[in-house]
Amino acid sequence: MERTRTVEGSPDAPLVLIDKVGGALRLAAVDPNALAEGLSPGMTLADARARAPELKAEPYEPDADAKLLGRLLEDFGRFTPMAALDPSHGLILDVTGCGPLFGGELALGQAVKARTTRFGLTARLALAGTPQSARALCRFGSGGMFSTESARRAIRALPVSALEISDRDTQALRRAGLKTIGDVDERPRASLAARFGAALPTRLDRLLELEDARITPHRPAAPIRADRMLLEPITEDAHVETVLGDLLADVCVLLERSGQGARVLRLRLFRVDDGVRWLEARSARPTRDPRMIARLFRERMTAEGEALDPGFGFDHLRLEVVLSEPLAAEQTAFDQQPSRSKALGDLTDRLAARLGEGAVLRVEAVDSHLPERATRWRPTSQAAMSKPDKVATPAGGTPVRPLRIFDPPQPIEAIALAPDSPPARFRWRRVDHRVVSSEGPERIEGEWWRRRERVRDYYRVEDAEGRRFWVFRAGLFGEEPPPRWYLHGLFP
Amino acid sequence: MKNIGQNASEVRNLVTGLARPHASACPPVFSTGLTELDAHLGGGLRREAVHELFGADPGQTQAADGFALGFALRSEPKNLVWVVHTRAFSEAGLPYGPGVEDWGLETRSLVMVTVRDTAHLLSAGEEALASGAADAVLMSAWGDGPAFTLTASRRLALAAGRGRSTGFFVRAAARPAPSAAETRWRVRAAPSAPLEAQAPGSSALAVELLRTRSGAPSGQWIVEWDREARTFAAPSASRGLVSLPADRANGADQDGRRVA
Repeated sequence: MERTRTVEGSPDAPLVLIDKVGGALRLAAVDPNALAEGLSPGMTLADARARAPELKAEPYEPDADAKLLGRLLEDFGRFTPMAALDPSHGLILDVTGCGPLFGGELALGQAVKARTTRFGLTARLALAGTPQSARALCRFGSGGMFSTESARRAIRALPVSALEISDRDTQALRRAGLKTIGDVDERPRASLAARFGAALPTRLDRLLELEDARITPHRPAAPIRADRMLLEPITEDAHVETVLGDLLADVCVLLERSGQGARVLRLRLFRVDDGVRWLEARSARPTRDPRMIARLFRERMTAEGEALDPGFGFDHLRLEVVLSEPLAAEQTAFDQQPSRSKALGDLTDRLAARLGEGAVLRVEAVDSHLPERATRWRPTSQAAMSKPDKVATPAGGTPVRPLRIFDPPQPIEAIALAPDSPPARFRWRRVDHRVVSSEGPERIEGEWWRRRERVRDYYRVEDAEGRRFWVFRAGLFGEEPPPRWYLHGLFP
Repeated sequence: MKNIGQNASEVRNLVTGLARPHASACPPVFSTGLTELDAHLGGGLRREAVHELFGADPGQTQAADGFALGFALRSEPKNLVWVVHTRAFSEAGLPYGPGVEDWGLETRSLVMVTVRDTAHLLSAGEEALASGAADAVLMSAWGDGPAFTLTASRRLALAAGRGRSTGFFVRAAARPAPSAAETRWRVRAAPSAPLEAQAPGSSALAVELLRTRSGAPSGQWIVEWDREARTFAAPSASRGLVSLPADRANGADQDGRRVA
């Protein structure tokens, strides 16, 4: 497979991609015209120019190729959820049971071919019983559709290089007079294993479809999913929502049957032209309420910078349940209002879908005595399952912790009357504050396992206007560098 | 036909009654805890409405937040949604869990929503108010903006009524402008009554009622927040020491209260 590109000049001129290998420019890939001229990958550019002076050379970009292949892989998710990369520059699809969706395996093959042509690629297809035999038939044979019998026959005729073992072993097989896979197959397996290792007989069995091995899909297939293939591509959000409604109805039935509720759902939209868009909806609690999930998806669709960009339209939509949790069937009395806590869960899910996961937060206590690390804000989608702990505060009439905190603390210039006394005045953001009352120090030691953290002496101070601050002195008198003052928080 | 119409409306009334089982459970107002303030407001602050609180200057954001949080706590919410504009983080700091807890709110009932711009602040606040999920919604905005229109404030007020939720809209670094808010306040920190050894006492706030929809006259008070009783109280020991800032021409009298 090669990337096609527009190159000026005669369309018949051979096109090659060149790469620097060991100090010499060598051909990395060639087009059909070049092939006809007798050029082949691995040749030096100088040799190639000697044979075909009019050739066009372009730099070889393996990263761009890999990217294109990755996009193709995503797109081929439309044919089967079980798709994987097959290096180099190949894809492998497990289409077991997918044929009928496309009107037979032959039609499926044609659809795949049509799709690759749309990407501007030339592809060779092979359909066989095991991934290994399909790979061998595609890369070392001429491709095609094979039944087990015909595949075995075709494989036996392939050269031993189709085994894809090390060059030395291939050479050794050839020297022994074993030119084709069929020749190797006729030898006793035990002696092959003794000479070439146990891997060779396994390889042989997989090639000859005597042993099956699964592929590892690029994305694990979701057990609960629904698909809609559309005859006419759709572009409008409203139409997407309609199709989504159908998909949700299917998925929710499946969820109910398995006693599960969805936490994370992914909607994949396959574009007619090129590419796959996807949206994800997350819920803090397992749910199978289609209306609620639809609302979450709607929030995602209208969220800023999340426009769907349908291009020429979507012709295939898939809804997958990425994460689910057990959810018992429930029934609410018809005159009963849904509880506030459930409503709150729905609200936080909607806001998280609109504003982003990290925008809807709950307090979580952390086991740290440094004030800025004593608690943290955690997304509700992660914290919802465990109730946040109560934050321990000392009893007393006045608050000892500020309502708002600066992280990191803000440096201030402060004057204290004695080395260990509270500040008498300080300057913060170019404003002078005269301290009229103060309380402290509350000494908080740095965490010894973190270096360069100094002892802090905290003071609660109030200035002449009644504003209350939380300030601290980092470090002790006489230390080097000298202690510094910081403002850490504001009290109401 | 007339009969059917009548029946239909009866059924509709019945259904609305069923759908709102708590319609009469909550009194329409809640007490601020301060008798004279309640009396001035005609019983207390209205539920299912939006109250606006302005910081007297950008440095008084936390005072306005504290006052609003105090009001919200007076309405005894089971849960509270706090929508915060992230621009305030660099100016006034990040809401701090232990501090919120210290102020009297159990943080397990708190959900914080951070928003990057005023449009999202308004839409998230409206959504939270209308959802019926939160008893109280606190919104902390920063600065003025074209989004804060009369229409926007009406939408918030309607949403509060729809979701049976009370909204507290804190406007830091902003000037009061016409709005559909039920009440409008201006808040600044006031010197507290010092404890022994010159330690700062309970948080005292100088609050000014600028406007009410009910037509109650404006006024000024000095209030103190009692975090244990979760109530506002008259400033404790040293009322004589309490003074309002000098720049307030029509300042409070000796009682810390201006007779309007």
